[in-house]
Amino acid sequence: MTAPHTDLLIVGAGPAGMAAAVTACSHGLSVRVVDDQPAPGGQIWRAIETVASTPRLARLGQAYRAGADRARAFRSCGAVYEPQSELWQIEPGFRAFLTRDGQARSVTADAVILATGAQERPVPFPGWTLPGVLTVGAAQILLKTASTVPERPVWIAGCGPLPLLYMTQLLAAGGQIAGFLDTTPRGRASAALRHLPAGLRRAGELAKGLAWSLALRRAGIPIIRHVTDLRAEGDGRVERLRYRTEDGREGEVTAEVLLVHEGLVPSIHVPLALGCTVEWHPAQHCYVPLLDGWGETSQANLFVAGDGAGIGGAEAAEPRGRLAALRVATRLGKLDAVRAERAAKTERAALARALALRPFLDTLYGPRAQVFAPADETLVCRCEEVTAGALRARAVEGRPGPNQLKAFTRAGMGPCQGRQCGYTMAHIVAAAQNRKVEEVGFFRIRPPLKPVTLGELACLDQREPAA
Amino acid sequence: MFRKLHNPGSATVTIYIDGCAVTAEAGESIAAVMLRQPTGWSRTTSISQSPRAPYCMMGVCFECLVAVDGKGSLQGCLTPVRDGMRVTRQQGRRSLSA
Repeated sequence: MTAPHTDLLIVGAGPAGMAAAVTACSHGLSVRVVDDQPAPGGQIWRAIETVASTPRLARLGQAYRAGADRARAFRSCGAVYEPQSELWQIEPGFRAFLTRDGQARSVTADAVILATGAQERPVPFPGWTLPGVLTVGAAQILLKTASTVPERPVWIAGCGPLPLLYMTQLLAAGGQIAGFLDTTPRGRASAALRHLPAGLRRAGELAKGLAWSLALRRAGIPIIRHVTDLRAEGDGRVERLRYRTEDGREGEVTAEVLLVHEGLVPSIHVPLALGCTVEWHPAQHCYVPLLDGWGETSQANLFVAGDGAGIGGAEAAEPRGRLAALRVATRLGKLDAVRAERAAKTERAALARALALRPFLDTLYGPRAQVFAPADETLVCRCEEVTAGALRARAVEGRPGPNQLKAFTRAGMGPCQGRQCGYTMAHIVAAAQNRKVEEVGFFRIRPPLKPVTLGELACLDQREPAA
Repeated sequence: MFRKLHNPGSATVTIYIDGCAVTAEAGESIAAVMLRQPTGWSRTTSISQSPRAPYCMMGVCFECLVAVDGKGSLQGCLTPVRDGMRVTRQQGRRSLSA
């Protein structure tokens, strides 16, 4: 059993969490890192420690390989690392409640860095709940952690760097692709061009993207452009797909697995539950926590680093993690403010460089309008099985916000706690009431942040001496 | 639906899904193993009993809920396999005894 108190608690062991831990430890802070995965690396470097020693490393690319050094540095930095630990509540001050191996307990810290990353933007369409529909990210996790690929040629729908990267990795692994339903709307490339000069600072990333596209073209993969509508059909599992393009072309193909991806959104459940101010990010179509230049939220000593602060990728996550750790070190008297400022300068330059391509990518791959306006029959809330039509019908009766609509329909009340339906519901409410999406707000997030059993609650604090 | 690219060799373990012995690789998640089974689904929903399968593989969709060694509603994508583990597909609402 580790000591219940540390100077700093870091939630998440991805690029931001690991970088924050290494920096905080180097300044003499005691650090605890909790993470729900079994090994460090986050989603980008999932299973890096296992894969690094196998020939499978080669097919996953250079950016993935870089994770091996980061995991090594993290393991040896001196932080208390608790994998497979689910965080389900943080009280001000701070006391965090965790479950590990079915056992709940609480730990305390003077400062908290939330490095909980992002999730893929939910993409509701008729049939998206059928077995056989997964996200591209899910398929990439299967490839990294289980060396598992679709059995037969797979259909991929969506846009963004991740589908291109996954398709290249899948081909390198010997998998087969039936076709790519590219949902990038017409005209996006020219709209994105004005952000290109700034993005040239990241020429390497641009070249990588071009190389992926070229590899797919060389492999002769059918690409259907400007897909607007998608439907998966089948009896208890995906059997076929129907699609429609911007110019009205329709198609039907047989399919066993469909992978979808329309970008990422920061995970904001913890900051919201803690009352942190969030603001709407118009270019990324999501909420981001309001942060100062160190990553501190509107709540003192509570920081957000990594993609949770706004989507920026691993190379932005690391400087963000280090900036937050520097600030915590200063607050707790381990680092004087002048030295912290000097170190921060380097980190802010690295962050600006890492984010230089973002406006280009956000414009090119921003979600198409249909993502937020699914057909009436579409299940919006996967858990409670509430359709878009049912939500629309209630949304016009007395101008309810997302929280009232949740009470009326149960949408958002299931085990995922609105992680899959939150943004869709907000957009449906906004459209039905002719308001801006940022005006209708989001679900109120309350603990527990993950489902907890009565047994876990009952065994809580068993080991603590009676007050 | 999915297939494994390599033979896990000495890392092979056996788990039981609804009583059927299935081989897996030590350390991979229950959800990954379930996606390789010919039965395409891993749970049925509590409202309409429709079949569902793992969707996000990173702990945010809760579609991969399974019972493991009698303990219900565990996220299969966050639970690594262990030799001899007994996994039950969760059908409909979780029962009070599980």
